[in-house]
Amino acid sequence: MTLNELSPGERGLIIRVGGQGPLRLRLLDMGLISKTAFTMVKRAPLGDPIVLTLRGYTLTIREEDAMQIEVIKQ
Amino acid sequence: MILALVGNQNSGKTTLFNALTGSNQHVGNFPGVTVESKTGFLKNDRKIKIVDLPGIYSLRPFSGEEIVTRDFILNHKPDAIINIADATNLERNLYLTLQLMELGIPMVLALNMMDEVRNNGGTVNIRELSRALGIPIVPISAINNEGISELMDRAVFVGSEKIFPSKWDICDDGPVHRCIHAVTHIVEHHARKAGISRRFAAIHLIEGEDEMASRLGINANKIELIEHAVIEMERETGFDRNEAIADMRYAFIEKICKDTVKKPKISKEKLRSDRMDHVLTHRFLAIPLFILIMFTVFFLTFGWIGNTLSSWLSLGIDALTGWVDAVLTDFHINPVMQGLVIDGIFTGVGSVLSFLPLVVVLFFFLSLLEDTGYMARVAFFMDKLLRKIGLSGKSFVPMLLGFGCSVPAIMATRTLSSERDKKLTILLIPYMSCTAKIPIYTLFCASFFPRYAALVMTGLYFGGMVVAVLVALLTKKTLFQGKPIPFVMELPPYRLPSLKSTLILMWEKARSFLQKAFTVIFLATVIIWFLQSFDIRLNLVHDSANSILAVLGKWISPLFVPLGFGDWRIATALISGFTAKEAVVSTLNVLLGNLSLPSLFTPLTALSFLTFTLLYTPCVAAVATMKKELHSGMKTFGMVVFQCMVAWITAFVVYRIASIIS
Repeated sequence: MTLNELSPGERGLIIRVGGQGPLRLRLLDMGLISKTAFTMVKRAPLGDPIVLTLRGYTLTIREEDAMQIEVIKQ
Repeated sequence: MILALVGNQNSGKTTLFNALTGSNQHVGNFPGVTVESKTGFLKNDRKIKIVDLPGIYSLRPFSGEEIVTRDFILNHKPDAIINIADATNLERNLYLTLQLMELGIPMVLALNMMDEVRNNGGTVNIRELSRALGIPIVPISAINNEGISELMDRAVFVGSEKIFPSKWDICDDGPVHRCIHAVTHIVEHHARKAGISRRFAAIHLIEGEDEMASRLGINANKIELIEHAVIEMERETGFDRNEAIADMRYAFIEKICKDTVKKPKISKEKLRSDRMDHVLTHRFLAIPLFILIMFTVFFLTFGWIGNTLSSWLSLGIDALTGWVDAVLTDFHINPVMQGLVIDGIFTGVGSVLSFLPLVVVLFFFLSLLEDTGYMARVAFFMDKLLRKIGLSGKSFVPMLLGFGCSVPAIMATRTLSSERDKKLTILLIPYMSCTAKIPIYTLFCASFFPRYAALVMTGLYFGGMVVAVLVALLTKKTLFQGKPIPFVMELPPYRLPSLKSTLILMWEKARSFLQKAFTVIFLATVIIWFLQSFDIRLNLVHDSANSILAVLGKWISPLFVPLGFGDWRIATALISGFTAKEAVVSTLNVLLGNLSLPSLFTPLTALSFLTFTLLYTPCVAAVATMKKELHSGMKTFGMVVFQCMVAWITAFVVYRIASIIS
């Protein structure tokens, strides 16, 4: 499954970070790497982007970008 | 000696800069508020220069900010780096630290917000962490001014004694390690010649950066060798090159954090921040609360505090003008000179100066929202809407600032990491009606729409936004094609802003406004006064209808006939509005003499005129800022012409439709 399919409050583990170019590099720099644990926190009032916490901080990414990140639910 | 201050966004870097230098520099909590490098001198040693570089997450040359920082470090070679890291968020902050260590420049790590970690029962074993990283570490609290002098001493010490980071090799034995070492070996000679650390060069080559290859001047043969080593690594790890390197760094960080950091179980600050977020980014409450907050800010600024202060200030200016006028008369100063001083400088600069309180009060509130971290949330929940017009949530804050003044708003676009987004945002900012246009609206509403003043004002503000959306939709498919930038943004915890940094910001804004008033606007008023007082043969005119300005006005006034206001005086006022929008009112007043406004306008043409002034060229200060940010006179000129055309067409449409309706 991909990151955007998790519901708020659910935890997951990153399997593979897809995407390409600047987006992918930015995600890697922000610590979204295989085997990283995260929590899906919530969605923006308009449904997109989404908020997650990982490595002790809070990050927001767009739904379409979250679709590039393969995860498993924990 | 030069020290470079480098750190993540929201790590308290600018607060530290203020503490180190005592200099005036804005602190913000919106990711990336420091947009270009600022310089100051160490408080107790004027020989030591500190450069505050933009807040970044990585040394990858990806956004404008990262390029600024990287180029500064590589080209200017500071004597030492002060790397500031947020101790409450150490894991991600250390990622940049590891990259900085590769540079082979003496450095000190400043662990900020250590008070917050300790107060919540957490600890960081400074000695162990320092040993693991191979660099000195100083725990500090920038906002409480703790540990600052120790940090200063340490930074100066490593810089003058040339104490380089002692730990280079952070990779465990394995494929990544082997690859880095192989490539390091290949490029060693080139790196030494270019004066770049070999490990830094090697890692950037592994990540496939052409820029580094050309910087080092390595040949195709060696590039092939490197590629070979990299493919081997990719095959063995199962990661691609970028992820392999990122994984190597984060794996090292996880290991040392496990050994040296005890995280607090629950942090008071985090809990408070979460509770605030629960309300402020709530599904149904977020947007109404945002509108309420902005409404309150604008109401307090324009309706109450700012207005009161403004009217006091203009009373003071009037009194001063009267006094100077009387003195000049007493001394029998040449009447032309007296005209220049009183009608030119005092009236012109004075009318602009009375806006100072409005600008300062507005910035006080906006900086409060920014420093607390609220603006990042606004960018977050507005992203979806802005994406529809081809931008990202990050463009929202600069556009919002546009309602105050286009100049700082255009400057704020530097935080945008894509050139395309930046240009489009700059094009749209002037459509957010700025405070300088308020006198025009007020004057015309009072004269022509006394009963519907509020309605017309609201209509103008929304009209500007509607035009901005239309322009964006129109240019998204044509002039500004391309993909919007990735929107990957940290949401920093809400923090109480320090009064000091807010006051510093207000002073900065006031100072830049005063600078504008006494340079650009001063010059412009003198020029306008000259054009208005002399004819083309440089004789003094008694009737301004014969002046050079009037000739210019008469020359372009036919352009405005289709819009319903073809009088030369109006055209002249619009020209002078280029110096500053307030000048439209003052010029009209001068040119009208004893006539009243309704002798030139009907309510219909007034509406058309208001539409035109809302949308036409930004003032000279804004245009100058545009040129600076776009780095191109041609692009700026193109944008200004475009904006004037949009203004003309819209005013024409409004005028025709209004004529049919009435």
